[in-house]
Amino acid sequence: MSRQIIVPFGPQHPVLPEPLHLDLVLEDERVVDVIPSIGYVHRGFEKLVEKRDFNNYVYLAERTCGICSFIHGMTYCQGIEQVMGIEVPERALYLRTIWSEYSRLHSHLLWLGCFADSFGFENLFMNAWRIRERVLDVLEQTTGGRVIQGACKVGGVRRNIGSEKLAEMNEGLGIIRREIEDLTNVFLFDSSIRHRLKNVGVLSKEDAYHLGAVGPVARGSGVNVDLRKTGYAAYGKLKFEPVVETAGDSLARCTVRARELFASIDMIHQAIAAIPEGPLDVKVTGAPEGEYFSRSEQPRGELIHYVKGNGTKFLVRSRIRTPTLTNIPPLVKMLAGCELADVPVIVLSIDPCIGCAER
Amino acid sequence: MTIENQSTTPVEIGKLIGVVEEFRNQGYRLVQIGCTATGDLYEINYSFDKDYTFRNIRVTVTPDTEIPSITGMYWGAFIYENEMHDLFGVNVRGMNIDFKGTLIRTSVKNPFGIAAGKGEKQ
Repeated sequence: MSRQIIVPFGPQHPVLPEPLHLDLVLEDERVVDVIPSIGYVHRGFEKLVEKRDFNNYVYLAERTCGICSFIHGMTYCQGIEQVMGIEVPERALYLRTIWSEYSRLHSHLLWLGCFADSFGFENLFMNAWRIRERVLDVLEQTTGGRVIQGACKVGGVRRNIGSEKLAEMNEGLGIIRREIEDLTNVFLFDSSIRHRLKNVGVLSKEDAYHLGAVGPVARGSGVNVDLRKTGYAAYGKLKFEPVVETAGDSLARCTVRARELFASIDMIHQAIAAIPEGPLDVKVTGAPEGEYFSRSEQPRGELIHYVKGNGTKFLVRSRIRTPTLTNIPPLVKMLAGCELADVPVIVLSIDPCIGCAER
Repeated sequence: MTIENQSTTPVEIGKLIGVVEEFRNQGYRLVQIGCTATGDLYEINYSFDKDYTFRNIRVTVTPDTEIPSITGMYWGAFIYENEMHDLFGVNVRGMNIDFKGTLIRTSVKNPFGIAAGKGEKQ
């Protein structure tokens, strides 16, 4: 047996946008074991629920993540609405769905850029982020915020999108689709990228399922789980099938996200075509008493906001289970047996959001 | 809006491993483990999912109760069990990866713990 050494990876590393630390146990250049550590950006968000009333906490819930912030706010609101028995107007549900899918577009494009950067393709990184700007422009024009939208509230949404703007968005999606086609063709068919990603960081279907993998990590390994299929917001009214790949390697996870961009565009088209006229919110009276595990599909996978109220305006508990947290054990499995040089690509392939994971 | 039906079943601590094993054998995936401080007790929720059927079991324990780890059935559960230990001070016995309180570093020890809730530093 070769001599074992431990190489620390992170929390500061060129490919890591956020601080994750891995102790890599190596035999020569091969990783034989991995000990993950987080804890560098814990902000105590869940504790703040004891000091912010349940309506104001939406703003905090949104700030759990700087990428999929809208979906955090929506999932939290959905939990409170369920506890309080609030019937959200249809138009608000469609608007939530539209903004959620724009958030997915922006998140996946951001990730594609970071991923390209992780294997040294700078130009591809810049192209992905250039297209992402178009998506952020729409989010800013319709909500007032590029990254933190503040558009969701308990009982509905704060802002409307007029029919003219919806038509403009519909048209704009055509341009975004064409640009994404060019971009994803490089990711999926360029021989050097395929060579870099294929058979790297393989996670079997069984491991993905039993280790708790979610989102593109699970679907890249053939696990067909997509919480949008539960029909929350307006997803129950839209036609779509989860994007699933079976190879379980970094290329498969990249392919899932690339194909999901097109699925999101299709869903936004459908939602724009079907959005009904009507009110944006309902008046909320009283305070939540009861509990609910509100689930949704973030760009990185299944998100849970558990809320528990005791009839006062302050919740007893908010527990946020983010997809990155549950994708850490599968990451450990993927890394065991890989080459040291593949570690950055594999880590990036789960789309880690550590700010989210630590709350 | 479609909202899923959710069920929560109380389970005695002594039967936890058996019940979790049954979920594993039935093909459920572990969704999360979460802890809530209620009065002088902790409610620990273990959530599972299979084909979008969400099921939750709950053990209610005193702060000094030692919880058996479920990492023997669900290897990835170490992330939740360590989190529960670091934030609440819950003792979990037999974890496959035990960070011994260093997974989540906080300025206040066990900030969600019952003693911390009463204004005492643990």
